[in-house]
Amino acid sequence: MKLTLNIWRQASTASAGEMKTYQVEASPDMSFLEMLDVLNEELNEKGEEPVAFDSDCREGICGMCGLMINGEPHGPERTTTCQLHMRSFADGDTITIEPWRSTAFPVLKDLCVDRGAFDRIIQSGGYISVNTGAAPDAHATPVPKDNADRAFDAATCIGCGACVAACPNGSATLFLGAKVTHLGELPQGQAERWSRVVDMVGQHDHEGFGGCTNIGECVAACPKEIPLDVISQLNSDLRTAIRKGH
Amino acid sequence: MKGTRGVRTTIALKILMAVSGLLFLAFVALHMYGNLKAFAGHDAYNEYAHHLRTFAEPMLPFGGLLFVTRVVLVLSLVVHVGCAVALWRRAQAARTVPYVVKKHTGATYASRLMRWGGVTILLFIVWHLLNFTIGKVNVSGGPTSDPYDLVVDSFQVWWLTLIYLAAMLMLGAHLHHGIWSALQTLGLTPHARSRRLAKQAAFTIALVISVGFSLVPVFVLAGVIDK
Amino acid sequence: MTDMPDTTTTAPESATAPAEFADDAAGYYTPGDPIRDTKAPSGPLDERWNTRQFEARIANPANRRRLSVIVVGTGLAGASAAATLGEAGYVVKSFCYQDSPRRAHSIAAQGGINAAKNYKGDGDSVYRLFYDTIKGGDYRSRESNVYRLAQVSTNIIDQCVAQGVPFAREYGGLLDNRSFGGVQVSRTFYARGQTGQQLLIGAYQALERQVAAGTVRCYTRHEMVELIVVDGRARGIIVRDMVTGEIETYFADVVVLASGGYGNVFFLSTNAMGCNVTATWRAHRKGAYMANPCFTQIHPTCIPVTGHHQSKLTLMSESLRNDGRIWVPKKKADCTKDPRDIAEEDRDYYLERIYPAFGNLVPRDIASRQAKNMCDEGRGVGPEVEGVRRGVYLDFADAIERLGREAIEEKYGNLFDMYARITGEDPYSVPMRIYPAVHYVMGGLWVDYDLQTTIPGLFVIGEANFSDHGANRLGASALMQGLADGYFVLSNTIRDYLADGPFDRIADDDPAVVEAQTAVQSRIDHFMSNTGTRSVDSYHRELGNIMWEYCGMERTEDGLRKAIDLIRTLRDDFWRNVKVLGSAESLNQSLERAGRVADFLELGELMCIDALNRRESCGGHFRAESQTEEGEALRRDEQYSYVAAWEWAGPDDPPVLHKEDLVYEFVEMKARSYK
Ligand SMILES: Cc1cc2nc3c(=O)[nH]c(=O)nc-3n(C[C@H](O)[C@H](O)[C@H](O)COP(=O)(O)OP(=O)(O)OC[C@H]3O[C@@H](n4cnc5c(N)ncnc54)[C@H](O)[C@@H]3O)c2cc1C
Ligand code: HEM
Ligand code: HEM
Ligand code: SF4
Ligand code: F3S
Ligand code: FES
Repeated sequence: MKLTLNIWRQASTASAGEMKTYQVEASPDMSFLEMLDVLNEELNEKGEEPVAFDSDCREGICGMCGLMINGEPHGPERTTTCQLHMRSFADGDTITIEPWRSTAFPVLKDLCVDRGAFDRIIQSGGYISVNTGAAPDAHATPVPKDNADRAFDAATCIGCGACVAACPNGSATLFLGAKVTHLGELPQGQAERWSRVVDMVGQHDHEGFGGCTNIGECVAACPKEIPLDVISQLNSDLRTAIRKGH
Repeated sequence: MKGTRGVRTTIALKILMAVSGLLFLAFVALHMYGNLKAFAGHDAYNEYAHHLRTFAEPMLPFGGLLFVTRVVLVLSLVVHVGCAVALWRRAQAARTVPYVVKKHTGATYASRLMRWGGVTILLFIVWHLLNFTIGKVNVSGGPTSDPYDLVVDSFQVWWLTLIYLAAMLMLGAHLHHGIWSALQTLGLTPHARSRRLAKQAAFTIALVISVGFSLVPVFVLAGVIDK
Repeated sequence: MTDMPDTTTTAPESATAPAEFADDAAGYYTPGDPIRDTKAPSGPLDERWNTRQFEARIANPANRRRLSVIVVGTGLAGASAAATLGEAGYVVKSFCYQDSPRRAHSIAAQGGINAAKNYKGDGDSVYRLFYDTIKGGDYRSRESNVYRLAQVSTNIIDQCVAQGVPFAREYGGLLDNRSFGGVQVSRTFYARGQTGQQLLIGAYQALERQVAAGTVRCYTRHEMVELIVVDGRARGIIVRDMVTGEIETYFADVVVLASGGYGNVFFLSTNAMGCNVTATWRAHRKGAYMANPCFTQIHPTCIPVTGHHQSKLTLMSESLRNDGRIWVPKKKADCTKDPRDIAEEDRDYYLERIYPAFGNLVPRDIASRQAKNMCDEGRGVGPEVEGVRRGVYLDFADAIERLGREAIEEKYGNLFDMYARITGEDPYSVPMRIYPAVHYVMGGLWVDYDLQTTIPGLFVIGEANFSDHGANRLGASALMQGLADGYFVLSNTIRDYLADGPFDRIADDDPAVVEAQTAVQSRIDHFMSNTGTRSVDSYHRELGNIMWEYCGMERTEDGLRKAIDLIRTLRDDFWRNVKVLGSAESLNQSLERAGRVADFLELGELMCIDALNRRESCGGHFRAESQTEEGEALRRDEQYSYVAAWEWAGPDDPPVLHKEDLVYEFVEMKARSYK
């Protein structure tokens, strides 16, 4: 299949970027990133610098990949960019490829962005404080299956940032809600529950993400299908935290 | 961030918006109900307008409830609009480089209309107050002392009715997203089921209110309600 | 695998094995002195770890703030180690090449993690886990290490649960277990199909907590490109900031490598794209021995290659073999037909045919090797890539008929979905195609019981070391080892070394430092200024093909010799002809890959030499010359029950082989049989 690609090229964070057009010949079996690999081999051949884009596991689990494809984070299917295949496109298509757009995720080069803000959000409280070796026996605290399942659903977030990329407000609330719900549902996470939510939201705001106005585009883009439940949970936890004086 | 105060977060702003928004909702619901008295005729309507002012007398002085309501409404408006502006500005700062192509998968139109819809409603309220409460402008040139007559005179002017209908469309959209959003903001919709219910409720209420408000102008224009 | 039968019998070694062996690798290496692990205490197996913990000195707590540790890698091993050392009060610097520590390759592990908790009361114990792991490793690992691993396995689960790792639970709220990897007890803890992700998030959160506490500093998108050794001690590393291209030098009192495995030497593997050998290879070149580099695990159930563009392979759980039947067409002419149109009598269920007792459930290495044989015979299926169809059918038609579609959906639904997404085929109606792929490397830097290499002050943990899995790794034990090393072992052994610190400050212009920096810079300069014509990836691909062909599932003396020649030629060409565009002072992915491929090109040769030297078949290493009459792997304990620890002798000299004899005091060595 013959494709026309409009790709964002930007040399570094400081420099200005622009869209450039390329032609590439792909096959439907290829993953989207393999299609870009092919383009890069050709660019290299022609003496043009290859397009920089992130990926690592290429299995849909590390969260490293992430491109805005025709206006949708990770493209038209509900999956990660690395798990998107060219059979989702048709011969002759024009595909626009952009990086995540968020002030909190500065573009490093071409399609690569810096998602360090997510790490800092976790640093602000996204953990349970337990030193190595200080843990009681794993069976000391049973966890009701319902809570365990809800915690798990939230814990499947891969930190890809598609929610931010999709949100018209540039909000990372889905990511935030996922972590707060994961830890807040577990008995182990109760001790720090209220300070955690306040600190994490504070960091989220400090990083420059927008506030959530419950638009829901994040959920539609999330490759791990994190539900809006987590945002509701986040909101009610924050409310409780304020009530408890945090 | 360590040491963050819960009340200084974006979510706290949202909670304020939700609460003020729900107060608005209560007001517009009552207001709409009151407006419908126009169908009962001149006297019933004016009596109702008067009753508003004598409510709870002598505990409250004449116009007391109305005064309290006005204070609450003005405060709510300041809070609601203030938070909306703050969030709007944050959102703009959060994405300074726009996408060349952006689809809005998963979003309703209503949700994306909130801000401009809000501005429209604000402009409408200003106009509306000038029209009916503060300024008492009778565009058809008639007297302004009789509430019922004022309303009828006004809506017999087609373009005024059109402005009102447009505003009611915006209000409907605002409430359609706003009510569900407020429930989500307050953390009351933590399951797919409760969210579905909230969205249905929001839609229904929005529809009832915007249609309810629209009835009077439409029927005036159509000549059903007359002096 | 759920009900994989025990494969151990006490069949005697083939009587025909000649007593003396020709030294296949003669000329490719220089024999060196034997090497010994001096840190493992002697005495009863179950007391050794306690003894060592007691004997290992403690760094004065007040001093710890002045003791610095570099940890390269943030996978299960690295993140858990950095967090634990941070908690202990050391000053830790943590490095990874991804944009966040949470993305380390450990995240991809699906199956589970073993621990001798015996929560099921099915007779599990530390000793049984130890025994299974030794046996699984085909008697090429150390008893003391493996026993310790089994001992601390239980603490891992406690630790992870306390951190909030959402392991699968039963309705009563207690943890669930399953059986995995050919063992008879249920000791595998799991978190749906993403155990690695959940464990890593736990370790990552612990790490970020220490970052917040100020004890750990994370350097993401920083790639280690050189080790600094001063006065015989590892004292720091040189890294390239992958965003700015800056070459930075960091010093510390001790360096820990947790940089994972090097399966990507095969180009196509189930490893993440960035997995590399650079960190460990640079250390190897600075004096750390590389042990058993040829021990590679090949996993039989991966999604086959679809074309030349293929960038990586995806693993599907081995449990599929419990219900799927593996076959290829009997006639080559049928290979292009729709499999549903091939009559039953024209199908060759080759595993059931060759191994009637075990059928489709033969161990990983056998299943893999036979699939390759079928495809080499020209009976492979699926798309033709470079002239060969590399794929065999894994057919669920019988199972669907027998159990119903629902039952199959219930059991394998997510795997089927994954398969459908990647291949675009519906496995419920068309048989799946599978092919083996490189999955894990048992080889790695040689370490003693303290996890210290032959360079004092250089410790290696996780997949990057060679220590616990012998010639073959059992399912669900790599995660266990990574976390055992990181949470519980390293912090207890490293303190013995650090008790002598802090060491002298190193001057920025120390000759050893300047030399290392110059070497790094000139390598980069070479890549950037070379006026070549071929892309880095094309070399990597070619190297991968050579490795897969000659140093993959089945290795022969001739093949390995040929591979060594081919690699040498390719390496030569690489240095002269590789083309790297862009600038070194910015994010440059071609440059990153060039450095990695350069090291793979050296590692590949050593792997072949190691495989050539080991004229026996054991675990993941199958030498065609060492098989029974029935074609089964033939281990030769008399000659090869040693760890091959290779010393770098310089770019132009053959590596030096140091042998560490493996002594079994507690377990009797037995041979495997599957028929
Ligand atoms: C698909 C798949 C499934 C698996 N399933 C299981 C399973 O079910 N159970 C099981 O026990 N095992 C499983 N394994 C094996 C197991 O996942 C790995 O062996 C283990 O996670 C390795 O962990 P690690 O910490 O040693 O290294 P990794 O997780 O590979 O981490 C390496 C770290 O080093 C860093 N790094 C590497 N090189 C450099 C450099 N040059 N400079 C700076 N940083 C560097 C990386 O950034 C990364 O942070 C599986 C493996 C694969 C591929
Ligand atoms: C009668 C008048 C109004 C009513 C009944 C009303 C009601 C609401 C409600 C219930 C919400 C949802 C709050 C939440 O998401 O938690 C909301 C949101 C919003 N309102 Fe209003 N509102 C009114 C007027 C206004 C005005 C005058 C503005 C002016 C600019 C405005 C701007 C917004 C915006 C931007 C939002 C969405 C942002 C967000 O959800 O955070 N609204 N409104
Ligand atoms: C078609 C619809 C509407 C009609 C016919 C209407 C009519 C009126 C009339 C007649 C008054 C004067 C009442 C009096 O002074 O006693 C009034 C007041 C008011 N209306 Fe409306 N209204 C309509 C819609 C709205 C809407 C949508 C809003 C809000 C968003 C609104 C907000 C107000 C307010 C704030 C006042 C002033 C109340 C006060 O005196 O404090 N109205 N309206
Ligand atoms: S919530 Fe979903 S979209 Fe957002 S980071 Fe997590 S996985 Fe990605
Ligand atoms: S799209 Fe944005 S507004 Fe909220 S619900 Fe999702 S974060
Ligand atoms: S590359 Fe890992 S999720 Fe896509």
